[in-house]
Amino acid sequence: MDVIALSWRDILLAAVPLAALAAVFAWRGCGLSRTLLIGAVRTFVQLALVGVVLKGVFQNAHPLWTFCFSMVMLGAGTWEVARRQHRRFSSGWTVGLAVLGLFTAGFTVTVFAVAALVGVRPWWSPQYAIPLLGMILGNTMTGIALGMDTLTQNAWKQRAVIENRLALGQTAADAVSELRRESVRTAMTPIINSLAVCGVVSLPGMMTGQILSGSDPLAAVRYQMMIMYLIAAGAGFGSLLTVQLCARRLFDSRERLRLDRLSA
Amino acid sequence: MGVNDFEATELRYGGFGPVSFVMRKGEILGVKGPSGCGKTRLLRALADMDPWEGEMVLEGRAPGTMPASQWRRRVAYLPAESQWWFDGVGEHFCGAPDSAALCALGLEPEVLGWPVARLSSGEKQRLGLLRTLINRPAVLLLDEPTAHLDAARAKAFETLVAARCAEGMMALWVAHDPEQLARVTTRGYRMAAGGVWKEAEAWT
Repeated sequence: MDVIALSWRDILLAAVPLAALAAVFAWRGCGLSRTLLIGAVRTFVQLALVGVVLKGVFQNAHPLWTFCFSMVMLGAGTWEVARRQHRRFSSGWTVGLAVLGLFTAGFTVTVFAVAALVGVRPWWSPQYAIPLLGMILGNTMTGIALGMDTLTQNAWKQRAVIENRLALGQTAADAVSELRRESVRTAMTPIINSLAVCGVVSLPGMMTGQILSGSDPLAAVRYQMMIMYLIAAGAGFGSLLTVQLCARRLFDSRERLRLDRLSA
Repeated sequence: MGVNDFEATELRYGGFGPVSFVMRKGEILGVKGPSGCGKTRLLRALADMDPWEGEMVLEGRAPGTMPASQWRRRVAYLPAESQWWFDGVGEHFCGAPDSAALCALGLEPEVLGWPVARLSSGEKQRLGLLRTLINRPAVLLLDEPTAHLDAARAKAFETLVAARCAEGMMALWVAHDPEQLARVTTRGYRMAAGGVWKEAEAWT
């Protein structure tokens, strides 16, 4: 069975309900129609570009292209993590720690998946490596962004508590131990929720896509299971690592709380 | 000067100073000065909680010779507002507070089983002192420690600190009340705007 291809006209048709919604928003004065339309146009442009680039990368499979594409994804993910922070570390530490966390967790898990699990040869085949990396990196990014933001925001609010604990002779690690745990918990909440409701409340996008394109549902389900486990691992290790490193960056070598390293 | 003394030499911190003084075992030094002249910042620098320059020596050892957490147990800063981050009072105590001290401050032993929400600000201030004393500090840094206490409770607080100093502890006591400083301190310093530091003749 072949998938029924959508034409550009169909896309235009799909945009009709969205345009209607924008009109209603404008009519009710919600002030949302502008952002909604900008978002819709961005989706169109970004996806069209990615489609064209992916087509090129797939036709000329080469490790260099896969590498370049994954670097662009890493850059975009890092940018997004930094954008979601209410308070950033000075001198580029937020960006540095985000890259480190995304790269270490996201890339390790993806390489494990394509090389050891799916076993595609060569392991850098763009058709597997890029979509898998995209899903894993996307979720790792959300985890890292949430974990970092929770940690820095709460450290800022609980300055007096943290410093009182230091004054009582606790180490920096002890003084923020609850904060660190809470940050990782917050980072993991979305993925743990989706592990719990996956397939019952929501049908994951990738699985739906495979089924629509004619795959055996059981084969699609197995892919989805693998993805769920991998993104949970990616988001978990990524947020653990960055929360740990950020917590260290909050203190100097004499274990003083250095909130002057954070700026709004 | 014996090896048991505390000595700060040409201490500069956050744009304040230089501050120099020595303390001998058992002494309580007073510090008085207008708001914003850097008194709290001085106590924080002495506890190595803010960056500082100069020299500090406790019993022959500089802060850099030990982990910061160990220095802060030896040179203990009691903030003006003590913080309580767990639900129960007792969870904040890593060891049982001296029951005689508890009694001396007018607190019942049951207070350790209370939820923090039940504490008044005066009770928090007194429990904050007991929590710090468990570490058996060599130097106690007090920042307006009796601001929330009535006269009788303040006296009890003073007596407890004085008793610990009689056993060899040292204290630096920041306060605005000249009568309290005259009561508890053996000598002291006046701080002017910008952290200018001068030996005080008499508390007025």
